[in-house]
Amino acid sequence: MTKAVKQLHLAAHFPGVNNTTVWSDPRAGSHIEFGSFAHFARAAERAKFDFLFLAEGLRLREQKGRIYDLDVVGRPDTFTILAALAAVTGRLGLAGTINSTFNEPYEVARQFASLDHLSGGRAAWNVVTSWDAFTGENFRRAGFLPREQRYERARTFLHTTWELFESWRGDEIVADKASGEFLARPDVGRFSHVDAHFDIAGQFDVPRSPQGRPVIFQAGDSDEGREFAASDADAIFSRHSTLDAGRAFYADVKGRLAKYGRSPDELLILPAATFVLADTDAEAAELAHEVRLQQVSGATAIAFLEQLWNRDLSGYDPDGPLPAVDPVVGENTTARGRASVRMYSDPLATARDWRDRAAARNLSIRELIIEVTGRQSFVGSPATIAATINEYVQADASDGYILVPHITPGGLDSFADKVVPLLQERGVFRTDYAGTTLREHLGLPLRPPAGSRAHAAGARAAS
Amino acid sequence: MTDPGAGQLHLAVALDGAGWHPAAWREPDARPAELLTASYWVDLVTEAERGVLDLVTIEDGLSLQSADRYQRDRRTDQVRGRLDAVLIAARVAPLTSHVGLIPTVIGTHTEPFHVSKAIATLDWVSSGRAGVRVRVSARPDEFAHFGRREPPSGIEGVADRFAEAADYVEVLRRLWDSWEDDAEIRDVATGRFVDRDRLHYIDFSGRWFSVRGPSITPRPPQGQPLVAALAHATVPYQFVASSADIGFVTPHDATQATAIVTEIRALQAAAGRASETVHVFGDLLVYLDDSQGLAADRKARLDEQAGAEYRSDALTFTGTAAQLADLMLSWHSTGLTGFRLRPATIPHDLDQITRALVPQLQRWRAFPDRYSAPTLRGLLGLPHPANRYASAR
Repeated sequence: MTKAVKQLHLAAHFPGVNNTTVWSDPRAGSHIEFGSFAHFARAAERAKFDFLFLAEGLRLREQKGRIYDLDVVGRPDTFTILAALAAVTGRLGLAGTINSTFNEPYEVARQFASLDHLSGGRAAWNVVTSWDAFTGENFRRAGFLPREQRYERARTFLHTTWELFESWRGDEIVADKASGEFLARPDVGRFSHVDAHFDIAGQFDVPRSPQGRPVIFQAGDSDEGREFAASDADAIFSRHSTLDAGRAFYADVKGRLAKYGRSPDELLILPAATFVLADTDAEAAELAHEVRLQQVSGATAIAFLEQLWNRDLSGYDPDGPLPAVDPVVGENTTARGRASVRMYSDPLATARDWRDRAAARNLSIRELIIEVTGRQSFVGSPATIAATINEYVQADASDGYILVPHITPGGLDSFADKVVPLLQERGVFRTDYAGTTLREHLGLPLRPPAGSRAHAAGARAAS
Repeated sequence: MTDPGAGQLHLAVALDGAGWHPAAWREPDARPAELLTASYWVDLVTEAERGVLDLVTIEDGLSLQSADRYQRDRRTDQVRGRLDAVLIAARVAPLTSHVGLIPTVIGTHTEPFHVSKAIATLDWVSSGRAGVRVRVSARPDEFAHFGRREPPSGIEGVADRFAEAADYVEVLRRLWDSWEDDAEIRDVATGRFVDRDRLHYIDFSGRWFSVRGPSITPRPPQGQPLVAALAHATVPYQFVASSADIGFVTPHDATQATAIVTEIRALQAAAGRASETVHVFGDLLVYLDDSQGLAADRKARLDEQAGAEYRSDALTFTGTAAQLADLMLSWHSTGLTGFRLRPATIPHDLDQITRALVPQLQRWRAFPDRYSAPTLRGLLGLPHPANRYASAR
């Protein structure tokens, strides 16, 4: 039996506040002016992408007690910029990261329901949790939560917003001018939720939105993160990897769905991926190296090394060998507000690995950092990149990609203009939007209102 | 008629659902089924811009609308359900180009850090037309929606809520200044994107919250977006005088208007802000028609449909656009710098404002023919503000 050809999904990640984004390039534009966001969104929509993705960070990153100044710094408010982008696009999904720690369910639910209304059903929420005291210093609900409790709180937060979204079925607004009946009944939006984290009750004030609730993303490769995605998310925002590692991750996550009564196509695997595109593969390889040099300056290389070593290494020459001293183990006091630092669960082992690699190939600090951090996912001609992406998707290493260009705002243009047509020719990517909502673009089941017959059937199937 | 050459006044319109009258949604031209759509709000704000209005405000709350100010009701004959006002403003911003956008936020329950960057972002997406009207929450059911604390009660409770709102605005403002205008340097030679000496911790510490900063969003185009508040008594007048750029007040005659403006000016001086521009706009609920009789009839019909007379906190005006223009100019000597009109019904009264009232005022040269500045601060005569942290460097 031959397997059906999969349709792939594509999304565009607005270049982030990290060293993937090359701000020093003469073509690099503003990271805050609306024109940049509008340009980027329009390019994505012109190419019929599923959605645009916006990350969030609620405190400026610091290194050695000072604001980190080597990367792009500064970004807009997620909800506000997505609502504005809904005005300059018509079909493109609008996905944003919103922290479940430094927000309250009632407010986040009304913001997402509002965004879904104002965009005609295009809202998506990447639910993240980061209960660190450093970020908490900007919020009322400051403080710290042990790692093992963070997912539990995130899950509770998410489920609480679902209760709010589901508190309106969609048939409450009658608005009959003749009879004077606006609402079908007075108790619309009623909810009551009490658990270890939240004790809230009342009436939700935003009527049911076009998608019922936003598409839910989960980002995080940990075991808890995978389980959270399998039980609750519509898509998982993961890291791109090799074909084999991607297939293993894909099989693992999809394999977890059955125990929640969900089918494999109810959770999409969408890794973030960078790319370098040129007319030929050889030119692309050369260009990729140039981009890596732009992304990792000598100062950036030392900064990366300090993040792992957890100590001041400013005296080292980036073009010289790695430090002989070992990393400082324990709480990372050198770099704060940086997600990547959490990856270094065993700094001593990672440092050993880096030293071995540098020694084996006689690499300087900068060359080593270029080697071990953020190499481009896809490098080649349009034909090569189209073929590679399709190969990964058809081989079940992913269901598509969230592309992260390195130039703002024009970094997506070449991909949109040159690679997408090739994928369309292959018949693996849409030539136009078939639906109006993001849920439709992603092929996700529509959510029937709570209490309806379809909902009851779905609930039985899931139990 | 009042002296037509008297100085130009400022004009705002307060948008809320289908209009301020509870039966507004039943009018033949009302669009009650579209209140949750983007196109409805784009049409309204575009109409306001057609009338060269300085700004629109957008009402909001963190609970269902209610005929009772202090608790929810069980009515099904009035508009219930709405969208987040900041997001409505953001959705409208790219499709308009001159009119100021002042959504409402509830300071009692929201995070000043989030709202500061949201309004800064609104300022970015509108190229300098953002403001924010800060409300306090008095409804126990709104407290229950957040579940963080019990609603404060009594006179002390009112004072506390406004004291918290003052702290809240202080944090908004400090965060807007936490980036200097020229903090982004993109110095390729040294590899530095920002000059971190031009980014500032705000280190606010108060009774209700502490905020470290800086903002994650660069200083918005206006530097300081406008802060507005509605005020009916001394405690909120104090809030306007110490924290806001625009106060919306509800005098019922010229004498009251004079008294309110005098009180706010004294409080403003006491707060050390005598040299700053603080606008005081009179709120009016308006029913506008081609004759006073028609307007009164329409009000009576709406009241009958609603089952009771709609009593507003603001003065209710029924009459023609020319009569309203006359009233507004006759209040000129009260010291009010403008008016915020609450259309009883939308689109009818909104259109009357933009297509009858404004042309009348323009004929009397009491209102501009076109927008004269690219930012809301510019329209209201406020300069680009110095950054409170710039001199500390």
